[in-house]
Amino acid sequence: MMLDMARAATTADAFNAVGEPRRRQIRDVLAGGERPVNDLVTQLGIAQPQVSKHLRVLRQVGAVEVREAGRQRLYRLNGRALKPIYDWVSEYERSWSERFDQLDIVLEQLKEKEAGDGSSE
Amino acid sequence: MAAVSSGTAKVTLPTDTQILITREFDAPKHLVYKAWTTPELVRQWWHANRGEMTVCEIDLRVGGGWRYAMVAEGFGEVAFHGGYREIVPNERLVTTEAYEGIPDADANAAVDTLTLVEVDGRTTMTILVEHPTKEGRDGHIASGMEAGMQDALDRLEQVAVSLS
Repeated sequence: MMLDMARAATTADAFNAVGEPRRRQIRDVLAGGERPVNDLVTQLGIAQPQVSKHLRVLRQVGAVEVREAGRQRLYRLNGRALKPIYDWVSEYERSWSERFDQLDIVLEQLKEKEAGDGSSE
Repeated sequence: MAAVSSGTAKVTLPTDTQILITREFDAPKHLVYKAWTTPELVRQWWHANRGEMTVCEIDLRVGGGWRYAMVAEGFGEVAFHGGYREIVPNERLVTTEAYEGIPDADANAAVDTLTLVEVDGRTTMTILVEHPTKEGRDGHIASGMEAGMQDALDRLEQVAVSLS
């Protein structure tokens, strides 16, 4: 029980870390490869302390790793740590996508009906 | 293929207690609103192909209530209800949403804000789901995963049966 709760909390916290919109942007940039913090500052257009704060959260959940390269610190995504988190959100996303796919069908029918009504008047 | 899929739903978490769902539709907003608020139409899409909708009640007025239920394969009945707080036809709906599968469903109800914005005949829908607590929010997302895993297991079983 305790173990289950701890694991659930970890997933939830990790999900928070990657789901927050700014961190989603950082993820998107790092998906293109390793980057120093300055690149992230430029690409996101926000101040370095904020970027560092987001990176700290991402590192805490293992979503991002860092290594020293000379005088630079390079950040990169840790795909393996992200997998369960992606699974968590993607399933929720998928259930809505399936619902919306059905809604698309209903909307097509409504559009056809409306077009038909218009021409008969 | 009568219907053109307009893309996948995008889910983000603006704060610890919120879920934000965004999706674009190839239809004007008054039709999206109609499909969203007319029981006969809701019955056609809300099930997401995961079961059959057994209850669809909509009393579309401020102070009025709604209740949806469906029987999902291998998952039993799931039911939700809530009340309309704010109604701007074709543009905005604010409702509460209680999942009847948890204790104190009404005390733990989320507040959902639906917004429809139309540009050139296409409509962007956003649904902001705001839970009273982070635990409630996390549980909401996790419940989607459980249902999905059940789906996956069912599919796996079908494949296994077809192979045997």
